[in-house]
Amino acid sequence: MTRHTLSVLVENKPGVLVRVAGLFARRGFNIESLAVGPTEHDEISRITIVVNCDEHPLEQVTKQLNKLINVLKIVELEPGATVQRELILIKVRADAESRSRVLETVNLFRAKVVDVALDVITVEATGNREKLDALIKVLEPFGIKELVQSGLVAIGRGGRSITDRALRPVERSA
Amino acid sequence: MTEQMTPGTPGPPGPSPRDLAARSAHHPAVRADGSPRPPEAPVPASAPASSPAAAAETPRVQVTSPGKVRATGAQALVYALERVGADTVFGIPGGAVLPAYDPLLDSKIIRHILVRHEQGAGHAATGYAQATGRVGVCMATSGPGATNLVTPIADAYMDSVPMVAITGQVPSNLIGTDGFQEADISGITIPITKHNFLVTRPEDIARTIGEAFHVASTGRPGPVLLDIPQDLSRADIDYEPRTEPVELPGYHPVTRPHARQVREAARLIGESRRPVLYVGGGVIKARASAQLRELAELTGIPVVTTLMARGAFPDRHPQHMGMPGMHGTVAAVGALQQADLLIALGTRFDDRVTGKLDTFAPGALIVHADIDPAEISKNRRADVPIVGDCREVITDLVAAVKAEHEQGRRPDIGAWRAQLDSWRQTYPLGYDEPDDGTLAPQAVIERIGQIAGPEAIYVAGVGQHQMWAAQFIDYENPGTWINSGGAGTMGFAVPAAMGAKVGRPDTTVWAIDGDGCFQMTNQELATCAIEGIPVKIAIINNGSLGMVRQWQTLFYNERYSNTDLHPSDASLPPVSTAGKLAGTRIPDFVKLAEAYGCEGIRCEEAGDVDKTIERAMEINDRPVVVDFIVHRDAMVWPMVAAGTSNNDIKFARGLAPDWGGSSDD
Repeated sequence: MTRHTLSVLVENKPGVLVRVAGLFARRGFNIESLAVGPTEHDEISRITIVVNCDEHPLEQVTKQLNKLINVLKIVELEPGATVQRELILIKVRADAESRSRVLETVNLFRAKVVDVALDVITVEATGNREKLDALIKVLEPFGIKELVQSGLVAIGRGGRSITDRALRPVERSA
Repeated sequence: MTEQMTPGTPGPPGPSPRDLAARSAHHPAVRADGSPRPPEAPVPASAPASSPAAAAETPRVQVTSPGKVRATGAQALVYALERVGADTVFGIPGGAVLPAYDPLLDSKIIRHILVRHEQGAGHAATGYAQATGRVGVCMATSGPGATNLVTPIADAYMDSVPMVAITGQVPSNLIGTDGFQEADISGITIPITKHNFLVTRPEDIARTIGEAFHVASTGRPGPVLLDIPQDLSRADIDYEPRTEPVELPGYHPVTRPHARQVREAARLIGESRRPVLYVGGGVIKARASAQLRELAELTGIPVVTTLMARGAFPDRHPQHMGMPGMHGTVAAVGALQQADLLIALGTRFDDRVTGKLDTFAPGALIVHADIDPAEISKNRRADVPIVGDCREVITDLVAAVKAEHEQGRRPDIGAWRAQLDSWRQTYPLGYDEPDDGTLAPQAVIERIGQIAGPEAIYVAGVGQHQMWAAQFIDYENPGTWINSGGAGTMGFAVPAAMGAKVGRPDTTVWAIDGDGCFQMTNQELATCAIEGIPVKIAIINNGSLGMVRQWQTLFYNERYSNTDLHPSDASLPPVSTAGKLAGTRIPDFVKLAEAYGCEGIRCEEAGDVDKTIERAMEINDRPVVVDFIVHRDAMVWPMVAAGTSNNDIKFARGLAPDWGGSSDD
């Protein structure tokens, strides 16, 4: 099994996410990460899905996704040719004794402090999965009180846009 | 031998059969201006391209809405239905769909047929669609009305039937509150529809109808559901007939095949020595029977037609090897297994055809043409994938093969043909006449096919009778065999036959049903009687759930757990209620038929079969139900047991064919 990142351009309509997620659920695929948001076109939303699965079943799901009327385009994003980012917010214990070391760690990871309480600071960081895992690992000894992580978003490198091309009716083939 | 025919008694008070026939003849055939609609162009069932769907290309009806008008959402719905050419709607009203039913009463174009159960409406829409090629329409109210459509929608999805289901929904402000008769039918049907819509604005109703019909009938056809909240139907809007074509940004089915792939397929045909045309239901959907025949005769390649493709290629054609699959002929199954090239057209390598997948057609290269790219390489990897409409694919393939022939590449497949012919002669379909004088079910079905002929439409339920109907009736024309293939929905036959008869009123429609299936949906006999839909139902009555019983015989040591439908003293303690009823008929199908205003006839003796069928053929003013009491231990052969290899096909219990020394891996 390998990790795949799919960018799915869909019509910005209610219920589309359920249709997309349902196809993965039916095949028993666990969606590892999911991010949905608007694009530069009001009528198009972009779903970024990360799944762990084999090539053949993924091809099947992709073909089935393509059959959904609300799905405009599907692109598998190769990690090498794309920028992939996740965002994480962490509440970490930082009392008088540990605060300076926590802040040092935050700076090392080019993360930033977005909220401060008496003995807790909230850290915001973005990056790829490996970087965020490393940050979590380093902050853990101080005491992580709460952690929330966004789905992964990804965009291809270079000047081309996948949304532009999705707006033009294109013939699909196998 | 005794005369077993039982004449029907006069029906309950109400319109006489004559009135009913007259009503059904008149009601739908009136134009908006009140003038009679001209009779439909005759659809000669023998012209392959014309049977299903020929009429779908031209608008069939006049539209009552003149132009921009003030209308309710419900009126807009009816106008839009008229505009897309819907002439028949099967349904049942109820609270949430009530506003939509009101303007339906005024439509001069749409005939609404009031069924007795929503499942009947759904299967009737399928029968109508499969018989005509047009979109079948069914309608139900919210909640239980809508959920009763779930089975026929799932059924239509599996068999790629163009269907539009319209459901009322609770008013917008009650959606999500567990309101009375609320069910999230659009959510429920996501995995079993090609697409569905929950309409949110009354202005969208008409446009959405156009989109629903477009999606249902183009590309790979399928069911589309439209859920309309009650308040939207009641709202006042400005209705304007839409003239622009439907444009859905995410829906562009590919119909034109890729020329290079077609040439590659022709090249493989030119190199093969053991090719087979493996034909599926897509060929019928694409109305490509004439093109298929041209390709087959041009190349001499033997043909097998799957359960969904019966009729796509004439059964009597010398190149036809019959149906492949679990109950296919030895010749058809052997052809697939030993082929070096399968040209798969509009078919999906279903498990009932392939048997154990990794032993299926082990030596064959695969050319796979289908309009749905997701079917290609789904179960078996295609060496040459072709995405396109089967009619266009086959047309192009014919041209490409001719080009190959001109280059002198015309393989000799004579030895292969001789091999298949010998299997066909050695292992024909057959059956034993029971030695206790009871009827052989296969014989009954065979005689119905011979007497009603290849112009009639045959509709089956699911089980042994379905397989025998697929095996022992000769299908010469597309659109004459209608059954529930993918879903295997028991209870399909009666309502689907009703729908087929409504769609093709001048054609004889026989339902071949089992006694188990019949009891699931026979309430639609009332609809048939009252609406003047004279279908003919043959109940192949073996008193049991025959196919399940067959599996119990073969795989469960003859332990007949819960497959006995008749009270019998053998399997029940005499103190039980059922034990005391041993020997009686529950229900008595003849009485049941009569109670529903149909002609009921019983046939128990071999000598009565022909005259019973002939008598049924003569009755055209009301539905006929014939209760054929048949031998209960008859089995469907040949058989490839579930999960085993096609190579292990048995043509009778314990008897494997001798493949004649050729490799069967």
